[in-house]
Amino acid sequence: MNSDILRVQDLRVYYDTPAGPVKAVDGVSFPLKQGGRLGLVGESGSGKSTTALAIMRLIKPPGRVEGGQILLGDQDLLKLSDEAMRKLRFDQISLIPQGAMNSLNPVMRIKQQIIDIVNSHDGDYSEAKLNESIGQLLLTVGLRPEVATMYPHELSGGMKQRVCIAMAITLRPKVIIADEPTSALDVVVQRQVMETLGKVQDDLGAAVILVGHDMGLMAQFVDYIGVMYAGKLVEIAPVEEIFREPQHPYTQLLISSIPSLESKRLFKGIPGVAPSLLNPPSGCSFHPRCPQVMGHCSSQVPNLKEINPGRWVSCHLHGV
Amino acid sequence: MTKVTVRGQSRILRGNPFLTIGLLIIVAILIFAYLGPLFTDPERAEVGAFKPKQSPSREHLLGTDTQGRDVLAALTLATPQTLNIGLIAGAVGIGIGVVLGLLSGYLGGTVDTAIRVGTDVFITIPAIAILVVVATNVRTINVAIMALIIAMLAWRLPTRTIRAQTLSLRERAYIQVAKLNGVGDLELIAKEVMPNLFPYIAASFVATVSWAILATIGLEALGLGPQNEYTLGMMIYWARFYGAILRGFWWWWAPPIVVIVLIFVGLFFTSAGLDQLVNTRLRRVA
Amino acid sequence: MYLTYLIRRFGMFILVIFLAVTINFIIPRLMPGDPVEQQLATLVATGGGHMEDVTAMAEAYRVKFGLDQPVWKQYLNYWWDLLHLNLGYSLANYPDTVGHMIGSALPWTLGLVGISTLIAFAIGSLMGGLLAWPSIPRALRGAIPLLMIASAIPYFLLGIILVFFLAILLKIFPAAGGHQFGSVLRFDLATIKDVLHHAALPAISIIVAGIGVWALEMRGMMISTLGEDYITLAEAKGLNGKRIFLWYGMRNGLLPLLTALALRLGYVVTGVILVEVIFSYPGVGFKLFQAVQTKDYFVIQGIVLILIFAIALALLVMDLIYPVIDPRITYQRR
Repeated sequence: MNSDILRVQDLRVYYDTPAGPVKAVDGVSFPLKQGGRLGLVGESGSGKSTTALAIMRLIKPPGRVEGGQILLGDQDLLKLSDEAMRKLRFDQISLIPQGAMNSLNPVMRIKQQIIDIVNSHDGDYSEAKLNESIGQLLLTVGLRPEVATMYPHELSGGMKQRVCIAMAITLRPKVIIADEPTSALDVVVQRQVMETLGKVQDDLGAAVILVGHDMGLMAQFVDYIGVMYAGKLVEIAPVEEIFREPQHPYTQLLISSIPSLESKRLFKGIPGVAPSLLNPPSGCSFHPRCPQVMGHCSSQVPNLKEINPGRWVSCHLHGV
Repeated sequence: MTKVTVRGQSRILRGNPFLTIGLLIIVAILIFAYLGPLFTDPERAEVGAFKPKQSPSREHLLGTDTQGRDVLAALTLATPQTLNIGLIAGAVGIGIGVVLGLLSGYLGGTVDTAIRVGTDVFITIPAIAILVVVATNVRTINVAIMALIIAMLAWRLPTRTIRAQTLSLRERAYIQVAKLNGVGDLELIAKEVMPNLFPYIAASFVATVSWAILATIGLEALGLGPQNEYTLGMMIYWARFYGAILRGFWWWWAPPIVVIVLIFVGLFFTSAGLDQLVNTRLRRVA
Repeated sequence: MYLTYLIRRFGMFILVIFLAVTINFIIPRLMPGDPVEQQLATLVATGGGHMEDVTAMAEAYRVKFGLDQPVWKQYLNYWWDLLHLNLGYSLANYPDTVGHMIGSALPWTLGLVGISTLIAFAIGSLMGGLLAWPSIPRALRGAIPLLMIASAIPYFLLGIILVFFLAILLKIFPAAGGHQFGSVLRFDLATIKDVLHHAALPAISIIVAGIGVWALEMRGMMISTLGEDYITLAEAKGLNGKRIFLWYGMRNGLLPLLTALALRLGYVVTGVILVEVIFSYPGVGFKLFQAVQTKDYFVIQGIVLILIFAIALALLVMDLIYPVIDPRITYQRR
């Protein structure tokens, strides 16, 4: 418990629509150890990106944080003033955005965009020192220092993503949230970027939350995986265990749908469609699609329970 | 792709204050312009009908001008004239614009290049330049000729807009599919392209009429309007000519200005409303 | 390649000039009889101030552009004159040349247009940007309909209203003219004050209407800019609001707005011309008005040509400068 750098408790993020509130994130809780790596996986619309944004308090109307706590050390981030949160961003928690393609200001040189980070956080360095630091920073992510003087459109997708990583570590934060950092990249570049991320994180000793839907990528990078479905966390487990023995029916279906290089089988998908977040199914949100559904699954909501040390499942099969 | 239904229309209006207000203003003006003259005695708007330079009173709600016309009567007769020029020029402009735009966007190739370059050249030349040259060389100008002169340049922007939309529509999947199914070009244009162009044509028409009225008033302010027929722009021209501005006879120039501004505001709001209909993003924020 | 772009753009410029000159040449000759000939004949008959000179000029005109000359020759003569910057003589103010008349009026117009448009653009875009910024109090949103109305009013109609209220009722500003009637223009403080005093109302008419347009355009631009990913990341970085607004928001919104300015140049110039008419402001627009009244055909043609040329040139310059302002464009040509 004490080595947890971040603890999210019962986070709820709703989006107000004319038809009613859409429960994008509905009671999500998880811990993050110092220096640990957590992967958040789920289908599109499962709430994983929203969770990531909520931790940074970047949810904009019509979305709002309905409830819960986000504890960074002792501070509840949701209770901080706007100004205090602003100072904290990138200083304690950073974000590596999804789609680095458009995340860099097109009319500003890379150097200036990094300097902006420093200047917004009571940084007061001489020009020379800044240039040197920026050069070093770019080297750590595997980029030539000359990149600093370039404009974003002069860089390739992989380079842009690495610039985003560099920007995320500028102030040596404690937590880095990477929101699908490699979705738009090809496999080779993907590997380079993930390696860079890993190396950088080791150097800093920071914790990482990796949001994505590529289970294979997760397997290679994270310690723990949290599976999200319909705005809720259905299972959290160490990475090997979740692949070896997934406990939640949804996780089981997910894992078994991954094609295997060893054995030849029929492709398996997950029957049904993702549920509406406006009118989620009663009881357990997964029950309409669950192959192991029981009688009371449609009426009682399961809770996330620690069935073994370090393993949480939210399912009636485990008597919750 | 969306069918035009009455229920659909009212739903559109409800969520779209701009469109509603705009249309209300325009309808009010149309009623004033086309029903008003039925209740007005045209002799009241003749030169010398009454004692000139009277300020507004119960007898003359908007007073009389320096030539003895009852201003309210004149206004009622002048408004439809201005609207007629705008509507005729607008209609001609849109007609030509749609044809040219469709041809250009759909056929592509040399036809497209020719039309595109031609349109761009004419757009670069400020309308007033050509209109002045034409108007000064015409012997007599009346409302019909005015409308024709303005119509000469009204097709420019609609052509560009319709061309752009046709180009993007042409690449849509359902058009490609229809083509592969062997649907002829003309049928394609009529059945698939035109219905989707409709909102753009409507928006373009409003903009063109607005431009046409502005061009008319501009020409008239320079003195190049119909000399023997009364339009809103000519009212302002004569008011200035006879020094009504400097002498403070506001009841002569203020009413036409109010009507003109209302026309433009109405058209502007309608145009903004139509834009909102087409562009969802602005709708969500505004 | 930038060079191909340059050539194409310049080609368009030439095409526009060519078309303008041709139209200017053809239209008077489309009517049966040449209106210019007729006007000259009238002048000669009624006997203007310098009768022999007018007769000589009429004769010279007939030689060059007369009915005895084949049309293509008249056309070439026309071009020849233009390329030698000979726009002819003013019929109403003979022996003043058209070139000279335009030359003396041009600075007034340029001053008015330039300063008013700049101010309107600056104030308008700032207002527009602020109106799109989420943390602006909702009450200020009430300004939007006002701006919409302001943008829908033609400059010169606003001018009439302003003249009435600020020059006739409250005599704060002069109602007409560019400077005190009969005064001599020198480069001294009194003259400058006088000029500014007279330019105030025309400028305000243009500025108020202009602010409406630019504020709305910028607001639209900012709304879409603020939806971009780099704004989200800028916020995630903890940058302060002002920096994001100016350097991540406005800076990106400004570029398309400059294109919009270029496209609206025709409107702006037309508006200024009419404003000059209302205020009898001694610029090119007022000269055009006077020429129309006196059927001074050469002046009309000359001003029209200058107008077209000026706007085409301005658009060309803006198109050439754009790659310099927007770093993306230069490199796209690679």
